Formats: sequence, structure tokens, C-alpha cells
Amino acid sequence: MNRAAQAARMDSPSSTDVIAVDRLSLTYGGGASGVLALSDISFSIADGEFISIVGPSGCGKSTLLKILAGLLPPSEGQAKLNGTPIRGARRDIGVVFQTPVLFPWRTVLGNVLLPADVQGLDKEKMRKRAMDLVRLVGLEGFENRYPRELSGGMQQRVGIIRALIHDPAILLMDEPFGALDAMTRETMNVELQRIWMESGKTVLFITHSTSEAVYLADRVIVMTARPGKIGDVFKVDLPRPRPLDIMNTEAFGAYVKRIRVALNADGGLD
Amino acid sequence: MGGAKNFMLRLLLIAAVLAVWEVLVKMTGVPEYILPAPSRIFYAMYNGIKSNVYPQHFFVTLTETLLGFLVGTILAFMLGTVVALSRRVEYFLYPFIVMFQAMPKVALAPLIIVWFGLGLTSKVINAALVAFFPLMVNTIVGLRSAEEDRINLMRSLAASRTQIFFMLQLPNALPYIFAGLEIAMIFALIGAIVAEFVGAERGLGMLIQSMNFNMDVAGQFSILLILSLLGLVLNGIVNLARRHLLFWETANTGEETANTSKKGGSV
Repeated sequence: MNRAAQAARMDSPSSTDVIAVDRLSLTYGGGASGVLALSDISFSIADGEFISIVGPSGCGKSTLLKILAGLLPPSEGQAKLNGTPIRGARRDIGVVFQTPVLFPWRTVLGNVLLPADVQGLDKEKMRKRAMDLVRLVGLEGFENRYPRELSGGMQQRVGIIRALIHDPAILLMDEPFGALDAMTRETMNVELQRIWMESGKTVLFITHSTSEAVYLADRVIVMTARPGKIGDVFKVDLPRPRPLDIMNTEAFGAYVKRIRVALNADGGLD
Repeated sequence: MGGAKNFMLRLLLIAAVLAVWEVLVKMTGVPEYILPAPSRIFYAMYNGIKSNVYPQHFFVTLTETLLGFLVGTILAFMLGTVVALSRRVEYFLYPFIVMFQAMPKVALAPLIIVWFGLGLTSKVINAALVAFFPLMVNTIVGLRSAEEDRINLMRSLAASRTQIFFMLQLPNALPYIFAGLEIAMIFALIGAIVAEFVGAERGLGMLIQSMNFNMDVAGQFSILLILSLLGLVLNGIVNLARRHLLFWETANTGEETANTSKKGGSV
């Protein structure tokens, strides 16, 4: 697919949008005493696009992801995935959590195959696909190991490819590298970019880190807190694949700075 | 620790304790009906086994314990599962559970003997009753202990409740369930013995009781030794099964979960 063409178009909704969020609001607790967590959120994500959402703690970005994953119903408005409203869990979504969330009684391969087992997909075909994914993230030789034998970075790789096994329409990632050390985190960023480029998946990536957001995304959405709202949206025009030292360039620094300013206007990162 | 040298030291220490015991009893002249010397205890054991009296009663108590364990834990697992999965059931059963849990179950033994007679049935029921609670409580805690993210993962995959139960909650609860089974096994033995105390025609508990009437203290000691060996073996069997089924838990974390989850109240 033509990424340049996609990146060129901005927020105008179109039929190629994988995700279309329309005036979404969420109030915790009913009545007048309810707390407004998300207010009037609208955005769309095109097929194959990589979107990062940055925002301070408590801005409701994880809540937004829960709604998109079908784990939480919105109070108002709706989110559509490939044209159909998201009401409850569905089978064409892959979620990567903050922690790897692996089952210790399943091997690496068993964990990757969990979605296939739940959804009763063809075993032979899925096994082959799982092995391809294991190779994609450089875990061959570890497929029969148990999670406790793996490092944190390796575990999160398993978490990522598990979210890809059932070929979901979108990959939702909730601060997936937040628990990793800085070095591993950078490696994982490079890795994720490569996985994204090879798989062509649409990705919604939530993070605390401005530079991580800029490094990975086609567009960065800034969320502001209390109630959670969409602030500015930044299109990141940096060539792909981006090497790690792109972070040292002036262009990169300018993006980070502009996003920081946007965040600070709202009281800043905590 | 460990190692052949330390093992030898251990044996040596046991031998030394027995020797001191033997010498003290001989020197002070304590009568045998108060505290028998180890040699008398081993002699009583030898006689009991040779005359086939002990084996006969041993198998009665073993049968009561194992049947009680089986009945108690199966019911406990089923009820625990229902309670863990349904807040509604929990709400209505809660008063009963709390009342029964607070009650010393062995205090029911006299009633159970009246209701079910001197035979096997009353012992099995008493053993089952005592073994029931530790497993039920651990089953509830275990099934509810699944991390929120793991539940969310399953839900995000559109997993059914049955799938969440079998693919996540049940394996996740196994460390708790095994900790409960370990206690239940020992509790079942206690339940069987106490029921035999209250009224029985056979069994090691009954044997202790009758030896007590005859002031055969050496005999009682020899049976206590047999009972603690039996307890060890039964506990070992549950442990073996645990290690086999909980292959993903390292010995260390297994120990931790066992310690933190050993709830289940009193006998």
C-alpha cells in the first residue's frame, strides 16, 4: 500500500478508514455526580496507518483503548471498526497490554496460539503462522520455552505476536514498552517499526513518551486531561524505515518540542 | 544445606535424642504408663505389626481418610467453583459458609456418630466435613485471583465464559487448589481419627482409645508414630501430584503461594 498517499490525507473520514471514532464520551458513575473521563473524542485511522496517542496520566488514553477493544461501552458516541460499530469484544482486534500478560502454563508457541485456540481457528495453518511470527521477532529456538525462561523484552515480543496471530484489522497497544528498561525499549521500538512495515497492520499506540510517539508514528494525537480530550494532531513526515539515530536530528527534535509544548499548554506531563 | 555429611548429622541427632530419652527414663525410673522408653515403643510397634493387629486397623483408618478426602474435596471444589463464579450464589450461601467455617468441625463428630452409626460411613462423613473447607476457600480465592489484564486479554479475544474458566481461571487457581488439597489431606486424617475416638469398632483412633483405657502408653506412642508417618506419606503424595501438574511453578514460588494461600480455617 502507498504510505505516502495515506500520510498525505489527514482527518477527513473516508471509506478506507479502519477506525472511525465519532464524538465519543465516557462518564464514570451515573447521574450528575458522574465523572467525565472522555469528552467528545473524534478521530479516524486509515488502513495501514501508525497512530500514537500521547497524554499525561489520567487523561483517559487507556480508557479510550479499552473502548476500542470492546471491553468498555462508551456513554455517548461510537467507534467503528471497518464500518461496523464496536459493541463488545470482537475477533478482529489485537491488544497488547502494558505487561506481556503471558500464561505461565503455556509455552511461547502456546501463548502465541492463544487467540487461535479461543477462536477455534485452523490448527495446522495457525501453527505455521505462529512459527513465522516467532521467526519475525527473532525468537526461533525459544518456541517451546516457558515465559519465565524469557527476558522482559522477549516476553513482550511474544505479547505482540500473540496479538497478530489471528490477523486482526487493528493492533491496539497500551504503553507496551513502559515496563522495559530504556535500552530494551529502544530496541523494541526499532523492532516494532519493522514488524509494522512487514505486516502492514494498522496500529494505535498509546505512550507516555513523546520521543517514542514521534519515532513510531505517522501521526501523533495529543490528549489533554480532565476530561480527556483530543488536543493537537501532528503529522510526522520522517522517512521510513527510521533508524534510531534519527532521534538526534533537528527535524525529530522539532517534532518532539512542538508536542511537548502542546502537552505543557495543558499542564504538562506529570 | 543437604549433602551426605549433613544427612548423617541429622540421623546422628535423632539417635542421640532417642538415646538420651532411653537413659533418662531408665535412670529416673519413670513408670512405663507415664512415659515409656523408646525401646518399649519400638517393641510395642513390632508386636502390633507381627500380630497383624496394627495393619488391620491401619487400613481401616486409611480407607476412611482417603474416602473422606475424596468426597470432601470433590464437593468443596464444586461448591467453591459455583460460589467463585456467581456472586448471587455467594450472596445466598454466605451466612451458611461463615457459620460453618467458624464452627470447629470436629465438634460435630458425636452427632455424626449418632446419625450414621459406628461404621465406615460416619468416619468418611466426618473426615469429608473437616477436609471440605480448606479446599473450598482456596478454590474460591484461586478462581478469583486471575489478574485483571489476563481476564481483559481473554475478553478482548471474545472468549466465552467457559473458555475463560478452562483456559485461564482454572489453571490460574491450581497453586491455590493444591495448597488446599495438602491441608485437606491432613485434615481428613484428623477427622477420621476424631470420629474413631467418639465411637468406632475399628481403626487406629479406636486402638489409641482402647490402649488408653488399658494404660498401654508404649502402644499409644507406637500408633502416634505410625499416624505421623501416614500423614507424611499422604502429604507427599499430594506434593508429588502438585509438582507434576504445576510444572510451570518453580519450587520457590510454589512454596510462596502455598504459604500465602494456606487459609481454610480450623479443624
